[in-house]
Amino acid sequence: MTWPALLTLAGGTYLLRLAGLALRGRVRLPARVDRYVDLGATALLVALVATATLLDGASFAGWARPAGVLVGGLAAWRRAPFVVVVLLAAATAAALRAVGVP
Amino acid sequence: MRLPFRAVDRRDLRDALALAAAIAVVGASFGALAAAAGVSPVLIVAMSLLVFAGGAQFLVVAVVTAGGSVVAAVAAALLLNVRHLPFGLAIGDTVAGSWPGRVVGAHVLIDESVAFARARPAGPRAHAAYWLCGTLLFTAWNVGTVAGMLAGAAVPDPASFGVDAAFPAGLLALLVPALRHPDARRVGLAAAVLALLAATVLPPGLPVLVGLLGLLAAGRMPAGPERGARPSGPRAPSAGAGTDADDPPSEGPPPAPGTDR
Repeated sequence: MTWPALLTLAGGTYLLRLAGLALRGRVRLPARVDRYVDLGATALLVALVATATLLDGASFAGWARPAGVLVGGLAAWRRAPFVVVVLLAAATAAALRAVGVP
Repeated sequence: MRLPFRAVDRRDLRDALALAAAIAVVGASFGALAAAAGVSPVLIVAMSLLVFAGGAQFLVVAVVTAGGSVVAAVAAALLLNVRHLPFGLAIGDTVAGSWPGRVVGAHVLIDESVAFARARPAGPRAHAAYWLCGTLLFTAWNVGTVAGMLAGAAVPDPASFGVDAAFPAGLLALLVPALRHPDARRVGLAAAVLALLAATVLPPGLPVLVGLLGLLAAGRMPAGPERGARPSGPRAPSAGAGTDADDPPSEGPPPAPGTDR
């Protein structure tokens, strides 16, 4: 790892973050487009949840993690407080691993 | 820097602290891993301060450790962060109404701060939630990084605490208010399936972007005024329950399932 590499990564990441925010300030989006932008954010976040739950890179992450996310997700759907959701998910995955589930 | 912390809701603070605790643990594991990989302490601290993107930071260190080129590592990490652009587009009005706020707010735009703000009613509450979550997580990530770097091999694997399950579950919980809309549920389901299929053939970062194709399942714009109740759009103050964001201020048990608030 070198300084030029780090500064390229930091600068590039920052510009990606700023670009979206800046665009938002410049254009007035019609309601239809606004809906797609909003649904697009949901699509990206759900895709992130799905891949982070099931995969490590391109291979299956094992059963403990998706089981934890499933328990947390059910609790969230039934309107459990956020902290409870997070703790349930972590505890489920940790408990399964403690008894040998990968 | 004037932050809108007066408008912070106590329940939002509690939720953000839970995320901060989890991210500190991951930050510690990053610090320990990067130190073990031979990255200099100054670069480790600078990376967490200046990049502040967990996935990208882990990826860079992993690629370099595995003997890959630094250019390839940075390119792969930037690809992983491309999703921040559409996130910014979606959440711009919540972050700040003017330039100085956006210039600073851009640095704490991460998956969690975006999802955290979108789960709150648009307006002052979401604005305060974004800054609260962003600054707390930034602090936790950096404190965690330094602690992990100093502790080195003494840092346990976050997976033994199930932290790797806590993050997707937390994001999912923050998505629940949005996913109560049928069109968002269709889009989300399609996005998940497409991203998982893409992950079998595409490098990290791209599968999540492929998830955007889930928009093809959006269908027509639903008619009627309830459209204004979308989580990140202008909407009625009481809409969008799902996390406990709209619970009454008591600390009592959550309402029974199916209770319509």
